[in-house]
Order: sequence, then C-alpha cells, then structure tokens
Amino acid sequence: MTHINKRWSQLTLCCFAALAVPFSALAQTSGMTSESTEETTVEKPAPVAGQQADAYYSKDEMEKSREELKKMLGNRKTGSILFNQFEAQSVNGSEDLYWNGQAWYGGDINKIWFKSEGLVSLNSGKADDAELQALWSRAISPYFNLQTGIRHDFKPKGLDHAVFGVQGLAPYWFEVDVSGYLSTKGDVTARAEIEYDYRLTQRLILQPRIEANFSAQDIAERDLGSGLTDVNAGLRMRYEIKRQFAPYLGVEWQGKFGGTRDIAKLAGNSGDQTVFLVGIRSWY
Amino acid sequence: MYNRRRFLKTTIGAGALASASGLVPAWARPASDGNLGIPSLTGNQFDLSIDKFPIRIDGRATEAIGVNGSVPAPLIRFREGDDIVLNVTNALEEDTSIHWHGLLVPFEMDGVPGVAFPGIKPGETFQYKFAVPQNGTYWYHSHSGLQEQLGHFGPIIVDPAGSDPVVYDREYVLMLSDFTFENPYRLFSKLKANSGSFNFQKRTAADFMRDAGEKGLAETIRDRANWGKMRMSPTDWSDITGAQYTYLINGHSSADNWNAVFKEGERIRLRIINAAAMTIFNFRIPGLPMTVVAADGLNVQPVETDEFQIGVAETYDVIVTPEQIKAYALVAEAIDRSGMAVATLGPEPGMKAQAPALREPVPLTMKDMGMGDMSAMGGMQMDNGSKADMSNMAGMDAPTMPGMDHSMMEGMNGNDMVEGRDAIPLIAPDLKTGPSIAKLAMAPTSRLDEPGQGLNDVAHRTLTYSQLRSLEPNPDQRSPAREIELHLTSNMERYMWSFDGLTWSEVDGPIIFNEGERLRLTLVNDTMMPHPIHLHGMFFDVVNGGGSHKPRKHTITVKPGEKLSVDISAEHVGDWAFHCHLLYHMEAGMFRVVSVMPNKSKTEANMMTMPMALEHPQMKQPSMDMNDHGSMKMQDQEQ
Repeated sequence: MTHINKRWSQLTLCCFAALAVPFSALAQTSGMTSESTEETTVEKPAPVAGQQADAYYSKDEMEKSREELKKMLGNRKTGSILFNQFEAQSVNGSEDLYWNGQAWYGGDINKIWFKSEGLVSLNSGKADDAELQALWSRAISPYFNLQTGIRHDFKPKGLDHAVFGVQGLAPYWFEVDVSGYLSTKGDVTARAEIEYDYRLTQRLILQPRIEANFSAQDIAERDLGSGLTDVNAGLRMRYEIKRQFAPYLGVEWQGKFGGTRDIAKLAGNSGDQTVFLVGIRSWY
Repeated sequence: MYNRRRFLKTTIGAGALASASGLVPAWARPASDGNLGIPSLTGNQFDLSIDKFPIRIDGRATEAIGVNGSVPAPLIRFREGDDIVLNVTNALEEDTSIHWHGLLVPFEMDGVPGVAFPGIKPGETFQYKFAVPQNGTYWYHSHSGLQEQLGHFGPIIVDPAGSDPVVYDREYVLMLSDFTFENPYRLFSKLKANSGSFNFQKRTAADFMRDAGEKGLAETIRDRANWGKMRMSPTDWSDITGAQYTYLINGHSSADNWNAVFKEGERIRLRIINAAAMTIFNFRIPGLPMTVVAADGLNVQPVETDEFQIGVAETYDVIVTPEQIKAYALVAEAIDRSGMAVATLGPEPGMKAQAPALREPVPLTMKDMGMGDMSAMGGMQMDNGSKADMSNMAGMDAPTMPGMDHSMMEGMNGNDMVEGRDAIPLIAPDLKTGPSIAKLAMAPTSRLDEPGQGLNDVAHRTLTYSQLRSLEPNPDQRSPAREIELHLTSNMERYMWSFDGLTWSEVDGPIIFNEGERLRLTLVNDTMMPHPIHLHGMFFDVVNGGGSHKPRKHTITVKPGEKLSVDISAEHVGDWAFHCHLLYHMEAGMFRVVSVMPNKSKTEANMMTMPMALEHPQMKQPSMDMNDHGSMKMQDQEQ
C-alpha cells in the first residue's frame, strides 16, 4: 500500500490537477477542443460512475475489489441439509428405517438440489426402497421453485427417471412438493407431499404430513396399478431442543389404493397398515 | 477485556492534560469520572491495529475482532477541522477496512472496499488522512465482510472548533451492540436455510386460545387466516434475536454491568451509538427523563423524552440530570423484546441498578404490512387497540385520521409548501412481486410521527422523527429539483433483501447524483421490518415538516409499510456506499453505490477561481466553492 501513501502526497500537492483532469477528459468526450496547456500531469480518462476511486488507487486492485464486492453482496452461495424424517417405523414386530431428506447449494434463484428417500428393513438389513434425485432448482415466484433433473432408483430395481416438479410454500404455511417422473421405460408417475407445522409451544411442534403417489399406467414390474397408488398420512410431534435438532414420535397410516392395492393383496400383503415411529428431524 | 496498560496510559494522559490546562473539558477528565471502560485516543495522529484476540463476553471466553486489543475499539477524539492522520494496520489474516460512519471525508478516504478503496490487505498499513467540517458523536467500523459483528467498531467524538451549544458537566459514550459466539457466516447461512430459526416468539396454540378468549374465535381465526394467506408472521421483528445474541453496552453484558458515576446536580451527556450488527434497540432510563440534543452527530433543538428507538448506526446525544442520588438503569431493549443490555448510572462506582423486566412483545399490524392504517378505519381490527383510534377520531385528532398522513400536514407548514410532492419530476420503479419481492406495500403511509415499532402503546413519552428539528438552519434550503423513489424489498422466506428487487450483484451500476444538485430521495418500505438506511458522504435532510430546520441524519430507520422522503445536497464528488445497515441485509445485497458525478461547468468555473491549495476535506473553507457552499450561504442570507 505504500504507493497509496505516496499517491496521497502527490494528491495534496496537485489537487488542482486532479480537479482539472476530469474536466479536460469531459471536454474531450463532448467533442470540445481543449488545449490543456497548464495541465501537466498525465491524462486520465473521464470519471466513470462507480469507478471514480481509480483516480486514487491502482485500477487493477480496484477492479478486483469491485468484483469481490459484487460477488459478496447478493451472490453469496449457501447450502443446507435437511433430514425431515429419519426414523424407525414399527408395525407388527417388523422394524424399518425410513429416511426422507434433501440438500441444496446455490444462490437465491438457482440451486443444485438433492432429494433422497428410502426404506431399509431393520430385521433383514436389506433396502426395500432407495432413491436419489439430483435437480436444478429455480425460484419462479416468491414462494415456489421449479425443479427439474434426474432420479435414480437404487431399489427395488435400478431405474432412471426424468423429474419435473414444483416445491414451495403454499398459502397458510403448507409446505408443498409435487413432482412428475418419466422413467426410461416410458412410464409416467407422480408424487405429492404436503406438510404443516403446528406450533403447540415455541419448541413443541405437531407436524401433519401426507404423501401420495400416482401412476398414469399399470406398471407390472413395480407392482403399480394406474391411478392413485398409495398414501402415507402421518402425525409427528417433535421437540426442538435446538432449532436444528428435534427428536420426535409419531404415527402414520400407510395405504395402497386401486390396482396397486389389488396387487399387494394378491401377493398376500395387507392393503394398509398403521406404523408407529420414532425419529430425529435435523438440519444444517 | 481491555488492554489495561493502554487504558492506564490514556487515563494518565488525560489527567495530565486536565491539570495543565486548568480549563477541563469533560472528555479530558480522568476515566474514573468519565468515559469509563472505553480506552480513548486523542490528538491528530492515531495508530490503530486491527486484530483477532481472545476476550470474555458475559463471562464466556471467546474470540473477537477489535482495534488495539479492545472491544469496542478505542474512542477516537479530535477537533473539528483538524488534519487527522490514522495509520491502520491489518493484523488479521483477511482483508479489512475502517469506515468513518457519518464523517464527511473525501470519498477515497471513506473506507469501503470495492467502492472507495481496495481494502487493507493482511499485514499492510493504510494511512487515512482527512479533516472534517463537523462535530459531534460518530463511530467507525469495518466495511469488510461480517467483521463488524465480531466487535470491529468504536466511537468517534469530534469536538467543536468553537464553543459547544450543549452544556454538560460529564459525559459518557454508550456503544450498544449484539454479540454472537457463533461464526457470523454460519448465522447468515442459517438464515438462508430457515429465516425464522432465531425467532422464539412465534405464535402458538396458547396464543390462539388467549386471543380467541379476548377477541372471539371468529376474529382470531380471521386474523390467523390473514397472516397465513400472506405467508407472513406478525412476530417477525428481528432476523436474529436474543435467543442467539448477547446484547452489550460498551462491551459489557447486563451481568458484566458496565457502570458510570455521577455527582449530585450534574448535567450528564450520554452519547448513545447503536453499533449492533442486526439489533434495533429501544433505549430508556426508567425514572430519568432524557433531553435529546443531537441526532446522528448534529445538534437538534432539545426535546425531552422518556424513551427512543435507535436504529442500527444511528446516534443520539441526550442530557440527563439525575435528581435522586440512586443507581439508574440504562436499558437498551432489543426491538423484539427478546433480550436487553442493562448498564448502571449511579452515584458510586460499582453499583448495580435494578433492571426492569423484559416487556411483552407486540405483534406487527396491518399498517406494518403496508396496508395503511386499517385499524383506525375499524375494518380490520388488528392488535393496536381500535378503541383508542376511535376516540381519536371522535376528538378529531388529525394525525391518526385515516388518509390524513403527515405529508399532508407538511403541506400546511409554510416553508414546506414549495416541497409539494407533485411539483418535481419523479423517477419511480415499476415493481412486481417475484422471487425477490414477496409483497409490495399497497398503501404505504408516513410514520414519522410514530415512535417506532412496539412503542405506540407505552405509558410514557417516546421520541418520533417528526419531533426533531435541527438546531442550526439547514445549510442548503433549495427545493429539490427531482425525486428518486426507491423501494426497500425483501422475501423473508428466502432471506432475500434488496432495493427495488435487485441486489448489488444484479444491478447494472450506481445511482447517479450530479454534483451541486439538490434532490429528493423517497424510500418506500415494502418489507415487514424496519431498515436503517445509510448513505455515505452526505446527510439526509429528513422531510418531516421542519422547514428550514429539518433534522440532518446519516442513517434513517424506515418503518415497515412506511414511505418517507429525505432531501440531499450532492456536494461531494465520488462513489458512495448506500445500504441497509442491518449487516446481514447488506450482505444479502441490500446495497447500492451512489455516484456523485463532477459538474462540468462548475469545475470549469472553479478552475479559474480556485487557489492551488484546495483541500477537499476542508469543506468549510471559502475555497470550497466547488461544493456549492457559496451559493448556499447566499441563500441563507435571503431567508
């Protein structure tokens, strides 16, 4: 920074010149002919709005600091991870681990967004369901994001889908996530999730939540009939020890519908069940 | 917490000065009498070293960024008009800077990286040189990243070149702040992920029951539906609350009890500076009336009050004269009433005043939502007590009459007649809601005659902007030639903050002012939070009905749903930062650069008349005709 100090002393001495220079530059740009006889200092360009400090400091350094400021003030990237559900589900002696989480990183408008959902049997240790979505999310309105990308099912069978969805906050504080999926086999399915936080106290929160799945066609290899395939309707009561860490207890009704229910019954499974659950909701 | 050696040194220095001079200015008295707990530096040359160091706050060991080993940074004190040199050394491992808040310095000395200078690199010493044409209470702070949150701020007192119209026997600086033990960038990231996560005053089932009992079930459901439909919360007062912050006065929490002493019959000047990152405070001294004598450094006509709201970066000087020999509590309560900092003013050192209890939080109203004063119309009865409004209407109390806002009152106020809104060309944005603008204020109103959020119903006197009158006539009394309207916009859910829906990252370039012009800036707050808006290098002449004595401020808090105007004289050529002084709002992009572009013809005129020895900072010198002071003086004489 020594050059700055030096420049300062020059400045005090040559204040007249510093004032005159912008004028002469202006005169030139406006087409006037100016004989700058008494202006003995080097010609400087006309002052540019937002870059006037270049007359006092190194233009390169100023440019760098301006870019940095532009990047910081409004374009800072942040990220977050949310395990909305991470829970043990228990029904009739069988125990499963279920998770439903998401993570994102990016700016205010555009983000990379990951979602994952799955179920692992704690009795057998095997995964029944496991999927991961990698999405580009774009803010399209005050409260909603358009999300599009791919989904890969690891279980029950390896299968890829194109994803097109909308996620956001509906009036009256309902969190909504609706997605359509087109599999590489040409099958169209959809999923809708709606949840609500009802605050009993500042830390004790009751969360009703519904997830419904749809299929546009019968998909034999996935045990799906067309129409509404299944609904999970749950109530979870969490206690936010910290905002980011909240254990919960809950109960959920899980039911299959239509052709999907018929397929399940044929396989000897019940069409619906009520599970008890205990888990931890956390975010970073 | 402080560098004890430096503290003692300055104390001794001050003592020596006092005995030598005979005439003892209050600030030069020993630390046991005044400026207790803040090391002070006086003179013309200052060496400041910015570093990170361990300290204890509220009994907890932590790290802070401060100056010369002190948080808050040392008091810098010098005389109006003196040439000042400040050598600022960066001992951090990151870039830093110091901005002299409210001081009219040449813009290249203003200390904003990326606008006024490139910043100070680690290990480097940057020399600031200036002289200021003003006196009063100011402050300084980092303008780099979120360093301010970690303690990088300190007070400035500029002593008047002549006599001080404010007479006092003793003085104290009170620097209000908010401290977090967490990394501020982590807080920012949390706000982006979940903007309500620091709010522990949200409405619950219990609140519903209580309201249903008091106002009826149907009314309560309608109220909840109104807020729910908008996806907004009537408890969104502060982004970061007492759940996260420890509130401090001069670096001391309530438990650490910073204390000041007085003697019977003394007039004490308190210089109150809100140096918080995110917290607007309500300040009061229960049982002790305060006479406000200065706002944002500049003298105002004395106003006696019992409580005032102080936005981030604002300063108020008050005179108090304790009548009783007892310990008084100096109370800085966070606007959302989630916490407070309490210090003591007592007859003996070490006393601890009885702290009042935190008051009940007050929910936001539809007026805060920019929907006008609907409560007064009896239509949507929100929480502000429609009974009071009805009685006002019966008594024809004009200020609370719907539709009769303060700007209309001004129209009748003689001097302001020429300042009618429709007389001058207006540049206003055409805004639509979108990701960055969750809502627009449908009917923004003037709220200058209100004391600030949550203080409408307190049982004692409160200060309003409309009460403030400059002590001196305004230096520039021209009518503005044009008006620029700017909206304060946000999407709380996404934690986006902007002007006119655009962040500094997105906007094309600076706002252009032309040197020598007088213009009006109108601010419309479309958000639900008050924003302390700060313009570097120029004062706002607040259009509050004050005529030729408008209060002049460097920072003005715009209330939610409010529309207000300030007049500005674009005197000082350069690029100046303009932003919301809530640190995380600025960081989110609520920032602009105002470029005051040189006036060609004026420069030409000055080239012929200007002596070589022109110094930009010496704005009071006659040679500063370029700054239009000459023409202003002529105007003054005409009045």
